[in-house]
Amino acid sequence: MSTGGIVGRSVPRLEGRDKVTGQARYVDDISLPGMLFGATVRSRIPRGKIAKVTFGPGVDWDEFVIVSAKDIPGKNCIALIDDDEPCLADGTVNHPEEPILLLAHPDRRLLPQAVEAVCIEYEPLPAVFNIEESEQQSQIIWGTDNVFKSYLIEKGDVDAAWEEADYIVEGEYTTGAQEQLYIENNGMIAAFDPQQGVTVWGSMQCPYYVHKSLVKLFNLPGERVRVVQTETGGAFGGKEDYPSVIAGHAALLAMKSGRPVKIAYDRIEDMAATTKRHPSRTRHRTAVSKDGKILGGEIEFTIDGGAYETLSPVVLSRGAIHAGGAYYWPAIRIRAKAVATNTPPQGAFRGFGAPQSLFALERHMDRIAKVVQLSPIEIRRRNFLKPGETTTTGQTVNEAVDLGKLLDRAMQLSDYSAKKDRFARENKESTRKKGIGIASFLHGAGFTGSGERYLSSVVGVEGCADGTVRILVSSTEFGQGTNTVLCQIVAEALKVRYENVSIARPDTQEVPNSGPTVASRTVMVVGKLVLSAALGIRQTLEASGLLGATYSPEEFRAAVRAYVAKNGNFRSLARYEQPEDIVWDEQKYRGSAYAAYAWAIYVAEVTVDLTSYSVSVDDFVALQEVGRVLHPVLAKGQIIGGIAQGIGFALYEKVIWEKGRMQNGQMTNYIIPTSADLAPIRVYFEELGNVHGAYGAKGIGELPMDGPAPAVINAVEDALGVPFNSIPLLPEDIFDALTNKREREKLSHVTGDHR
Amino acid sequence: MRARPAEYELAAPGTLSAVLSLLAQEPGEWLPIAGGTDVMVQYCAGRLPSRKLVSIWNLPELRRIEVTPNEVRVGAGCTYTDLRQHEIVSREFVLLTTAAGWTGGIANQNRGTLGGNVINGSPAADSLPALLVYEAELILVSAKRERRLAYGDFHTDYRKTRLAPDELVQSICLSRRFSEYYAHARKVGARNAQAISKVCLAALGRLVEGAVDDVRLAMGSVAPVPLRLRETERVVRGRRIKAELIQLASKTAAAEIRPIDDIRSTARYREAVAGNLVAEFLERLSIAGRQHE
Amino acid sequence: MSESPPNRAKCEISLQVNGKVVAVRTYPMERLLDVLREQLGLTGTKEGCGEGECGSCSVLVDGVLVNSCLVPVLQAKDAKITTIEGLAEGERLHALQQAFLEFGGAQCGICTPGMILAAFHLLSKSPQPTTEEIREGLSGNLCRCTGYAQIVEAVAEVGRRGAGG
Repeated sequence: MSTGGIVGRSVPRLEGRDKVTGQARYVDDISLPGMLFGATVRSRIPRGKIAKVTFGPGVDWDEFVIVSAKDIPGKNCIALIDDDEPCLADGTVNHPEEPILLLAHPDRRLLPQAVEAVCIEYEPLPAVFNIEESEQQSQIIWGTDNVFKSYLIEKGDVDAAWEEADYIVEGEYTTGAQEQLYIENNGMIAAFDPQQGVTVWGSMQCPYYVHKSLVKLFNLPGERVRVVQTETGGAFGGKEDYPSVIAGHAALLAMKSGRPVKIAYDRIEDMAATTKRHPSRTRHRTAVSKDGKILGGEIEFTIDGGAYETLSPVVLSRGAIHAGGAYYWPAIRIRAKAVATNTPPQGAFRGFGAPQSLFALERHMDRIAKVVQLSPIEIRRRNFLKPGETTTTGQTVNEAVDLGKLLDRAMQLSDYSAKKDRFARENKESTRKKGIGIASFLHGAGFTGSGERYLSSVVGVEGCADGTVRILVSSTEFGQGTNTVLCQIVAEALKVRYENVSIARPDTQEVPNSGPTVASRTVMVVGKLVLSAALGIRQTLEASGLLGATYSPEEFRAAVRAYVAKNGNFRSLARYEQPEDIVWDEQKYRGSAYAAYAWAIYVAEVTVDLTSYSVSVDDFVALQEVGRVLHPVLAKGQIIGGIAQGIGFALYEKVIWEKGRMQNGQMTNYIIPTSADLAPIRVYFEELGNVHGAYGAKGIGELPMDGPAPAVINAVEDALGVPFNSIPLLPEDIFDALTNKREREKLSHVTGDHR
Repeated sequence: MRARPAEYELAAPGTLSAVLSLLAQEPGEWLPIAGGTDVMVQYCAGRLPSRKLVSIWNLPELRRIEVTPNEVRVGAGCTYTDLRQHEIVSREFVLLTTAAGWTGGIANQNRGTLGGNVINGSPAADSLPALLVYEAELILVSAKRERRLAYGDFHTDYRKTRLAPDELVQSICLSRRFSEYYAHARKVGARNAQAISKVCLAALGRLVEGAVDDVRLAMGSVAPVPLRLRETERVVRGRRIKAELIQLASKTAAAEIRPIDDIRSTARYREAVAGNLVAEFLERLSIAGRQHE
Repeated sequence: MSESPPNRAKCEISLQVNGKVVAVRTYPMERLLDVLREQLGLTGTKEGCGEGECGSCSVLVDGVLVNSCLVPVLQAKDAKITTIEGLAEGERLHALQQAFLEFGGAQCGICTPGMILAAFHLLSKSPQPTTEEIREGLSGNLCRCTGYAQIVEAVAEVGRRGAGG
């Protein structure tokens, strides 16, 4: 294996072999001696007071460990931003499936019936179930006004823009909840020792989030809480904050019983009780000139956070900042709010607010195009952000991105113009209508604004006795190839063999807090820190005289061995420092929101079959500028996987709610694409580099989630000549729209005269 | 997994006559389980009421296909894969093998049985409309007797059949007289694989001198039972296929079915799609007819 | 006090798993999946849904692909069962495993054992499948990470190399 040129090549995945041989151990593959199994008794009503709890007949309750809110040693909360979510309901419940009691028993098979046998009587209270009901405020279910958080982003003079406008275009766009559907359900194993404290092992994205919440729940010092990530079978954001809930539950049972406890959900429970993507409603009102330039606009962006605040403020933030997309807005006013409803709290899902607001924007751009009588291509071209221009938060685009050229390339790759013309001709005679649609967008990598500074991530690289180096981060692998890419970065930086770099398991006892594995930050932010820490190892060796200015991999290895033999294991740490040019005003919500953006143009070609009203995606072109591709196979996998989820978001994945409870919580009835449903997805990268990321890489994990839904729905409108502004778009919805004339009249209207 | 295996009994006597004896001794007490692709889903969800099951998986008397000059007798214990792999069944009963290929994924086709589909009586079952248009007959057996019943008479209401508590379906008999008919099947579901149907159509047609000499239409997921569209057949039989006939047939089909709103779809969507599927069939029948002239 | 139904009798069942004959003492309605995972310690086979929809529990029973979450262990009596653990020969990976590594067919890995066995089964019936045949053959195995493209590439490559089932 050669050194140098490791980054940029598809090196063998470190984590790969265990996964293809079935050796990888996920939490439900693991047993500890004397382990009990735990289960959760949950609310059956959306809102009310708990009146009475009865432990019913048919169960030998003496054999069970039972935990309630009274058993919580510390604060009864899931520590996150504002600590409003209880770990266990204490007297009141605010959503169906809210955890009330915990049970444990040595025989896993006895638990389902025991859970059913707990009889809880409630005094129900009126509940609210969607954004509109929450806004009415006839029931206040959270705080003083049902609003978890709101933001106002302002730039320029919007009111002047109305005056100047030749057209004012309005539209309302909605997106539904979406279930992450990682194939491995949530699970945790916990152990409690009166001296050593709490240890948990399980499926998770953010060991230090779980750590923080257990510290508060148990009122323990940090050193007496240990969190270890086990092999995690998919996450996509669904294991960002929920693991703190299930870890707390398992740990409480472990504490009460004195035995290790495993809680592993089945699919029915995981779908019913855990977080989903926030449903959204976006209202656009845009001032446009007759030559199609955006003069200004107002955007009202509202998301449904469920019963407790959890991560909603951050989802709202990202969604609001992305609401203006890849265009230049001379003036804008974005009013964003997250509201409470009596449904299980919503949470992170790849994209984290941006897929919602970008769906709205990209549909709205096509609407503007129609009103102004320009093509969807032209309207975008005329408004693209250019280097030197500022975003909606006033951030200057300081990289040489040329969206116009990217658009040209995407059009050429997708044969856009020829197809659009051909489809228009051929559709007249056919019951299979074809269409082609486009989405242009960006995605900011890393935490928003001052988030990275607040996280203050620390990473370590360690020299080991055998001469290898080991990476110490809390960043987790759950399919994206974290371990592989971070090792590539270090091997490249130190010019050593890739095989001689390893990475420690994310165990809070062993690794520093490099921040959560979210926000597309791992390669860009953590990777850059890891690179820095690795160079620190080299500096130490050079300073000690064991290494020259140039060296071979073997010499490096020998130097590490020698240093360790003399001084013991040695570590180089690196801590995040906000680059000076990233300045953010948290009060005014202005400035540089993200250190770097990836940019993309996606093109979707669809067929709408008017016999069944079903949409199939026949071809998909995904072109993105990502700074640098560090591992081509992994990068391509991220893009295609994200696009598959985006197509699901657009056409298949509907959460059917009734009184706050998901009705279709089984894989039979919650529809994601199978291998027979996805046409080839063609992926192309451009690489402009970037100073803030390791080897110029920008984050790509979430980018592919933003474009597919609007591209597909734009294509459906192209095929049918009918606009659709709500996803998921099911065949039944298409049928209703085509046959219901009233629906067809909800088109854009024009105010103001042509000047 | 919400069931306690310790509470369940599974008998596997190994021969059909032993199973039938058990059913005769304790009628209604034992739930037969073949491939388990339906029963085990209920079991895993903790929603299987029966605690006593008797395995009829892989019984040689049930899992065989007999070919005679006039009839093919498909054993009730044949899996969907068995059907798809059988040369004569896949050549002469393409509606059935097409439906078999729609059912679940390959793993479920390897275990799900035609008999299981028949006994469950779910109107959404993919293969049942095919059995209706092929005018299948069932051989029902018990310890006491054997009887033959037209499949069209087997379902009485939603998931209710004429099967006696001590009976099993032994075979599904398919007449070979439809092998020259034009056959067309289409399923509309939420995705291309592993989908419970929203509407599905099995259709056979024969044109003689440009007119519809015979037509058979059956649909799934549009009524409490798999439905033969006799009204629509009446309207089409004897006529030449022209635009007005196609429209009339389409409307008649939409009116003849009794779809509901459920977790998967809506009644009005099903009506419209049912009409469209009938129209599509007639158009293709017409083209096929012209190709033969 | 306890009113739950009395426990039924366990039975002795002999199976051949990955070439080795094993005897288990268990309830006849124990799922084959749970016997493999909990009694035989073969945790490579996974549970993703418990309803025969995701395919993560796929194993081969007498060479036939089935969802082991839907098979009562009694019905697998005396059968030859292959799980993911039985595919590699010692250190030497099966061609499918190798191809999955090369082409990015596994991301989080939880669907991977079932997916590889489904591919193995497909190749045993159709040694050089077309892309469409691969997509159909794997349509009973859900993957949330990859969007299937690199899985299909991996299987197609194994077909091309003639190194299949």
